[in-house]
Amino acid sequence: MGEFITNLLNNTIPIELYLAVTTIVFFVGVYGFLSRKNMIMVLISIELMLNAADINFAVFNRYLYPGQLEGFYFTLFAIAIAAAEAAIAIAIIINIYRKVHTIYVDEDVSKMKY
Amino acid sequence: MLTFNYSIWILVLPAVMFLVLGLGGKYMKPVVSGVLGTITMAITTVLAYLTAYQYFFSVGKAADGTYKAIEAFNFEWLRFTDTLHIDLGMYIDAISSMMLIVITTVSLMVHIYSLGYMKGEKGFQRYYAFLSLFSFSMLGLVVATNIFQMYIFWELVGVSSFLLIGFYYTKPSAVAASKKAFIVTRFADFFFLIGILLLSYFTKTFDFGTLTAVGAPCFSSFAGGSFLGISAISWTMFLIFMGGVGKSALLPFHVWLPDAMEGPTPVSALIHAATMVVAGVFLIARLFPIYLFQTPEVLHLIGYIGAITAIFAAVVACTQTDIKRVLAFSTISQIAYMITALSVSGYDGHDGLGYMASMFHLFTHAFFKALLFLGAGAIIHAVHSNEMDDMGGLWKKMPIANWTFLIACLAIAGIFPFSGFFSKDEILAAALHHDIVLFSILFIAAGLTAFYMFRLYFRIFHYENKQYHHAPHDAGPSMSIPLIFLAVVTVVAGWLIPFDTLITADGKAFESHIDPLVAGLSIGIALVGIVGAYVFYFKKNEKPDQVATSLGWFYRATHNKFYFDEIWMFATRSIIFKCVSKPMAWIDVNVIDGFMNGLAYVSHQASEAIKGFQSGRIQQYALIYLVGALVLIVTFCGWLVAFITK
Repeated sequence: MGEFITNLLNNTIPIELYLAVTTIVFFVGVYGFLSRKNMIMVLISIELMLNAADINFAVFNRYLYPGQLEGFYFTLFAIAIAAAEAAIAIAIIINIYRKVHTIYVDEDVSKMKY
Repeated sequence: MLTFNYSIWILVLPAVMFLVLGLGGKYMKPVVSGVLGTITMAITTVLAYLTAYQYFFSVGKAADGTYKAIEAFNFEWLRFTDTLHIDLGMYIDAISSMMLIVITTVSLMVHIYSLGYMKGEKGFQRYYAFLSLFSFSMLGLVVATNIFQMYIFWELVGVSSFLLIGFYYTKPSAVAASKKAFIVTRFADFFFLIGILLLSYFTKTFDFGTLTAVGAPCFSSFAGGSFLGISAISWTMFLIFMGGVGKSALLPFHVWLPDAMEGPTPVSALIHAATMVVAGVFLIARLFPIYLFQTPEVLHLIGYIGAITAIFAAVVACTQTDIKRVLAFSTISQIAYMITALSVSGYDGHDGLGYMASMFHLFTHAFFKALLFLGAGAIIHAVHSNEMDDMGGLWKKMPIANWTFLIACLAIAGIFPFSGFFSKDEILAAALHHDIVLFSILFIAAGLTAFYMFRLYFRIFHYENKQYHHAPHDAGPSMSIPLIFLAVVTVVAGWLIPFDTLITADGKAFESHIDPLVAGLSIGIALVGIVGAYVFYFKKNEKPDQVATSLGWFYRATHNKFYFDEIWMFATRSIIFKCVSKPMAWIDVNVIDGFMNGLAYVSHQASEAIKGFQSGRIQQYALIYLVGALVLIVTFCGWLVAFITK
């Protein structure tokens, strides 16, 4: 534990740890996306997957090309897009709720396919 | 040939009129369409007369006094090789000029007659459109420059005949009759087509001019070819003759003609008496040099088929009670006469008497048979029945019909000086010089003809005085004028027109004279027939029934037309349908359709099975995508590991 904290302080945490965390976050997102019926939860799961990808961008930039900033910019860009996307998604969800009075995907929402 | 430039209008006018009446008829008043059709036909008739006049009296005669064929028009229509091509054109020679006159005259008479006869019928415009179509097709048939053009128009007349027999298409019997006529003639035309193909395969030409030239070299390629022991050219010419058997209602394809009487009576007069049914005779006459010089044995066979048909139809006609059917069987018999006359003909000079007699009889028969049918139409119009039993004693009530019908009966019976006497006399004379058996058959048939025609006449106009609901009376002028006109032609055609100088096999004129022996014999047997009919049918009596009973089975067989319909029915129903059509239908339904249905079933089931994937649920799609991606990754990794460790 001491070594870990030392490494943390010295910026020597191995990249695998970061990747392990992002992988876990990504698959948590995948699981949530597949299993949740509430559209808000589905949306949150998508955000989780996006965040995992963002962290990966930052981590790879930090470790592989320390002198450059493209990965960070990509991260910022993706965060902005995620924000816009969340706004649109929530607007859609609100509209669906007004129409069919539910936000559970396995209920009346499925009749939209017809 | 510049001088015949106008003759193309003979074909164009009726064709245009068919389109005008067929497409625009429903916007016209019935009378307008009828008058339009009649006027067009009148113009066509004038043009046809002009053509024939010009051919016979100024252009057609070559310097040596023979009549040569003239190709007024010839357009190449379909080209196979340099020598083998299908043309459309106009071939004007003695017999086609004569046919032009016959067709246009009878057609014009029928057009005029129908103005009265068909008045108030539903589909009056359609009727005139079909009449125009028929006139066009028949005229095209006789002026065909080549055998394929003839075949095209041959089928066209078949179609117009079909359309006109089935004119009353709400009547099941008319529909059945039209189908029967079409199928039977079409079946015969199938052989005709094979014959044409064989002929063109060997001779490399369709052209009549080339084919019928004396000593044509194109037949040398037939040499040696044979099938079932009979030479190829005999097969060819026999198959071509089969087309004529169908169209001209010879045995055994005659079954359609009596049923064709379901059509309107003027149509029977035009198509099923005067013009279309003689197409077979015309065909043999057109190809006569081939039959005579290349395949005399086929010509001989034709003669016997003709003679048997003649006597058969004459016997059957004696027992029929529907007046139109009597006339139909009489037509069959007379056409068989013409066919037989062709078979007993030679080529040069007086030897060609049979050919000339055949064409002569075709000409006179067209007029007196059209007259008989139109007269029968007038009677049916007045009495509202086809059955003899509903008629009798009409001679006072319908004088015009009576006299014209009597003239036609005398003509067909062969009484001097009516036209039928001259032509029938020539036929009998030709047969006597050639083949005594054929002569005897034709001679007996001539007596029977006189008998059944006068049976018909006496049953209609004398016999007994019937009480009618509406007093029958002669029809109006549009129906009477054609009757009178045709009666005049019937009286004068025999001695007015010098057939022996105009229409001969080799084109040269020859002197035919009335053989006193044959003339005496034929008038004698005709008188015997007439007297017989007089004894039996002038006044109602018991004799016909007694004779019928004493004849027993023979009478019943005759009355049932010797069961030909039943034989055909048996042949088609029990043999062809059961042994050929049923198995084929089974194969069609179970094998071919089964294969196709199987394909459809498999794809249907496959789509049923996979359509569940398209649920519209994003999460399900995502799951499938994820699983797919994982499988790919695992596979790829496994492959990578294997690659590295190798």
